[in-house]
Amino acid sequence: MNKYLSSHSISSTLPNSLQLLCCSIQFEAVISPLPMDSRRNSRLIDPKMRRVGFFTPPPPPDRTQSGPPDSISPTDNWLSPVMIPPPRHASDNLSSTLALHSSRAVGMPVPPSALRRSSTENVPVGSYNPSESLLGTSPVLSPSSNMMDGAFSEDSANWIRRSNSGKFASSFPTGGLDLTADSEAKKAQGVSEKGEGTVVGVANDLSSSSKPQKEKTSKATRRALQESQRAAKAAAKGGVAPAHEQQRGKAVKQPSQKKDGFLATSSIAASEKKGGDRSQEKDRKKDMPPPRMQFDDKSRVEKAKRRAVVKQTEVRNRVELFRHLPQYEHGTQLPELELKFFQLDPMHPAVYKVGIQYLAGDMLGGNSRCIAMLQAFQEAIKDYSTPPEKTLTRDLTAKINSFVSFLIECRPLSISMGNAIRFLKARIAKLPITLAESEAKTSLCSDIDRFINEKIVVADNVIVRHAVTKIRDGDVLLTYGSSSVVEMILLHAHELGKKFRVVVVDSHPKLEGQALLRKLVGKGLSCTYTHVNAVSYVMPEVTKVFLGAASVLSNGTVYSRVGTACVAMVAHAFHVPVLICCEAYKFHERVQLDSICSNELGDPDAISKVSGRVDVNYLDNWANKENLQLLNLLYDATPSDYISMIITDYGMVPPTSVAVILREYGGEHLWI
Amino acid sequence: MDFQVVVLAGGTSKKLVPLVSKEVPKALLPVANRPVLSYVLELLEQSNLKDLIVVVEGEDAALRVGGWISGAYVDRLHVEVAAVPEDVGTAGALRAIARHLTANDILVVSGDLVCDVPPGAVAATHRRHDAVVTAMLCSAPVSGLSDSSSSGGKDKAKKPRRCNIIGLDPAKQFLLYIATAAEVEKDIRVQKSILRAVGQMEIHADLMDAHLYAFKRSALQAVLDQKETFQSLKQDVLPYLVRSQLRSELLLNGAQTEENGNDKVALQNNKVMPSQLLANASTPSFHELFASGADGSAPVPRKTHKCCAYIASKSKYCARLNSIQAFSDINRDVTGEASHLSGYSFSAQNNIIDPSAVLGSKTTVGPQCMLGECSQMGDKCSVKRSVIGRHCRIGSNVKVVNSVVMNHVTIGDGCSIQGSVICSNVQLQERVVLRDCQVLCVCVYAHSAFVVSHAWFWVSCQVGASYVVTAGSECKGESLARKEKIQSQ
Repeated sequence: MNKYLSSHSISSTLPNSLQLLCCSIQFEAVISPLPMDSRRNSRLIDPKMRRVGFFTPPPPPDRTQSGPPDSISPTDNWLSPVMIPPPRHASDNLSSTLALHSSRAVGMPVPPSALRRSSTENVPVGSYNPSESLLGTSPVLSPSSNMMDGAFSEDSANWIRRSNSGKFASSFPTGGLDLTADSEAKKAQGVSEKGEGTVVGVANDLSSSSKPQKEKTSKATRRALQESQRAAKAAAKGGVAPAHEQQRGKAVKQPSQKKDGFLATSSIAASEKKGGDRSQEKDRKKDMPPPRMQFDDKSRVEKAKRRAVVKQTEVRNRVELFRHLPQYEHGTQLPELELKFFQLDPMHPAVYKVGIQYLAGDMLGGNSRCIAMLQAFQEAIKDYSTPPEKTLTRDLTAKINSFVSFLIECRPLSISMGNAIRFLKARIAKLPITLAESEAKTSLCSDIDRFINEKIVVADNVIVRHAVTKIRDGDVLLTYGSSSVVEMILLHAHELGKKFRVVVVDSHPKLEGQALLRKLVGKGLSCTYTHVNAVSYVMPEVTKVFLGAASVLSNGTVYSRVGTACVAMVAHAFHVPVLICCEAYKFHERVQLDSICSNELGDPDAISKVSGRVDVNYLDNWANKENLQLLNLLYDATPSDYISMIITDYGMVPPTSVAVILREYGGEHLWI
Repeated sequence: MDFQVVVLAGGTSKKLVPLVSKEVPKALLPVANRPVLSYVLELLEQSNLKDLIVVVEGEDAALRVGGWISGAYVDRLHVEVAAVPEDVGTAGALRAIARHLTANDILVVSGDLVCDVPPGAVAATHRRHDAVVTAMLCSAPVSGLSDSSSSGGKDKAKKPRRCNIIGLDPAKQFLLYIATAAEVEKDIRVQKSILRAVGQMEIHADLMDAHLYAFKRSALQAVLDQKETFQSLKQDVLPYLVRSQLRSELLLNGAQTEENGNDKVALQNNKVMPSQLLANASTPSFHELFASGADGSAPVPRKTHKCCAYIASKSKYCARLNSIQAFSDINRDVTGEASHLSGYSFSAQNNIIDPSAVLGSKTTVGPQCMLGECSQMGDKCSVKRSVIGRHCRIGSNVKVVNSVVMNHVTIGDGCSIQGSVICSNVQLQERVVLRDCQVLCVCVYAHSAFVVSHAWFWVSCQVGASYVVTAGSECKGESLARKEKIQSQ
């Protein structure tokens, strides 16, 4: 377990590096999985100020220092956000978690973190207390609490994969890491075999990763691995011979891929299960998101690049913690794509247009991106004709897949778009094979229209109707950024003659709030405009906070524009109710506890430049400085503890009910 | 990608008269020993645009151009050559072939464009903004720019004729104003409504309209139908579209009107439509803001359309062969700084000498030169930064500097040619000195010790020995007497 920790912590190689954060503060809450009744008391709400990227890396000896699992008791304090079992399996380890949490102070959200920071700053580089450094926040869990309940969320598996693939990244000096990781993997699998419902999740996830856990690595393999790492290290140092390195990577990959041992265990795990709930397993398989591309895995990135339509140059100085996310040199993509305008024959013009609008940043907002994509697909389906000797179902699915991968290259898909794509593919798959092509096309087009209408337009109207009931005369409503639903709510409430004031909180670099403000002021609402820095100042007078969301995950975590978590936490601290307005089609079964493992990186230049101020040019041409890393995160995850209510098209629900909606109305029901 | 390409190859341009003729229409004028049209065709071919419509003015010219294309691009491109009457202008030419245009968007390229800016970039910009017209702008050639760059924005109106005035929005995406050189003498009139909507306008005089446009077909055809007097795309159609962008009279495609209808219904029913959601989220351009009224309260959205600009980066080469000066400039650039355009592979000495060319002893061909097939050069010649065509015969002791010599030219011993353009089939006799003669055309029988500088063009002149012809002379079919000095200007 301890080795996980080290592999993760090593992933920062630049000491004393200056990192410019767009969201200067990353809140993270550690949430224990407890049933509802005891939630308010024992659930730890401890927004820890994590200084993302500011940590200095612990030196390699730290690995040995932190020693065996029992010696890392301080890290228990920072129970891994990633590896916490989902609530539904929580009951059996209730006592253990209670015991764990009882030692922690529940206290006020802000002050302790400030203290913590000052203490860490005084600590010299070499002697980090694991609980204070990244080590503490890295996904570590004492085996006792982790293994007992035997429930791995899919994120945990994701994380395992990440730590594994990290070994191939050039900058990781992970010498003998794999061995111990293996043992950990063994443990994990042993556990997963014991578990009942969750095994499949693990097995699926592991098998879908290209570099699975190696259970019994042969000597040769280990040797090859080590060599590759050495080569990678050398390459990182001198930047030499990438071809050579790649070759190495290939050589290494072959043995490591599809280890027999692993396959055997996974199949055993699967076969053990088979008697029970095969259909459930199938469902899970279908709903399982495809393995996320980890962009710190060099060989896979290379491979993806060869396939890519859009030529992308990766930004050199990426913040260590976010290496797994794609980040490209902005400004190089658009011209490259433009050049290829006429070469992209298979791409439908409508899809191309949407893609280039995503890329150029003309099209923002989850709903509109989703609608634009669906309408483009509709156009493409209208113009589609099945080539001879192919079936519509398969060929069209392949076509949609190629469109989707093109769009992903332009900009990573939002969760809402992923859901919409799933819906469309399900509809295509369900088409009866006997159906004539024209009929199939019209039925698909009407399906898309229906989706847009029912899941977005009507859903928005329902949300507006619900939310308006929560607005009373004399309210002061705060909103952050620019959410289309919130805007509709405010305008509708104004039309109903309610008397309220709006505080629009905004943040750099996009300043989307100004567009919202313009519309609200134009309609005659009385507004206050401020930036997120001042949110603690305006919060006392606010009576309700309305926020939009990019997605709500099944544990109630709200995934939204960066800064949302900050606003929600401040509101929580001031006991102001936080209402999230989100259509149900944006719900996702995934569980995510931090904003690290899945996020999107924006243009780093956007935060290094200040628009309208020519004199603030300290960072001009600094993008290539070795010791400067710019981080422009686009999303963050707000833990459900800070959310009073989620207003969705199924009504107003507490965040814990998202999982219920997903279960009851999810899958087929959610997608009509 | 639902684009159709129209190449306007022109006919026998008046501006280039001595260079072009019935035999050599503008499109076939050799640039680095290749017809100028081939540069455009190959640019398009590189972008995978293989179905082209080439419009040529005049039947004869069309026949010649068509003949050349079918010979040179027989299995590479699918080209339809359409002949239109002469003097209909670019707009007229499009009007004439309007029924062949079916795609949603039309890419209109001038046949005299020599550039390496991918047309896909223009098309992509066009699509991205859903514009009615997108024009490619490139930085104006240095000659037109040198003195105007120092003076401030509005003075540029008084600058030499070749600079255009182009107004752009601060993000350099939209065209707000465009005036061609001819109109610039007058004051600039910018519409208040546009200025108010945009807030800020940049006026550029250092940009040149490259005559590569992407048009929305429906809009283009509407304009061409409504305004029958419009002759030129650049001087009439484009300024009209730019002028009227905030009070569009175009009925764009059906979808747009339907959408507007939807919006109205939506407003009445107080419901949300997808189109509205879409409009809400994308960062609105000033068009949309204007359309929805100052505070979003306009009862009926005003009709607008977008006119976009694609500005080619400075590193790209872009020039139009529309004057004699441009002709020699382009010839020089194509063998020099923009040598990748020529399509030839340069030798180690940075020049191209056809293997069939014969060089005499002690003859040097410097860098950035080109020597066509089967040309012969005598002893002790020197060629610098010049293009020499096919089957030329050049005697001994000849200096050719900064010049273009076309095909089948005979140059006698001891000639010196600097900065001149010498057309096909010219014969120069011994010891002729030409300096900065723009054009020498058809047969010139010049005798020894003959100095010509700054002459414009010559048609069939016969000149005796020891003449001095200087600045700005125009000589046509004259037989010059002995010891006469022609001087004008």
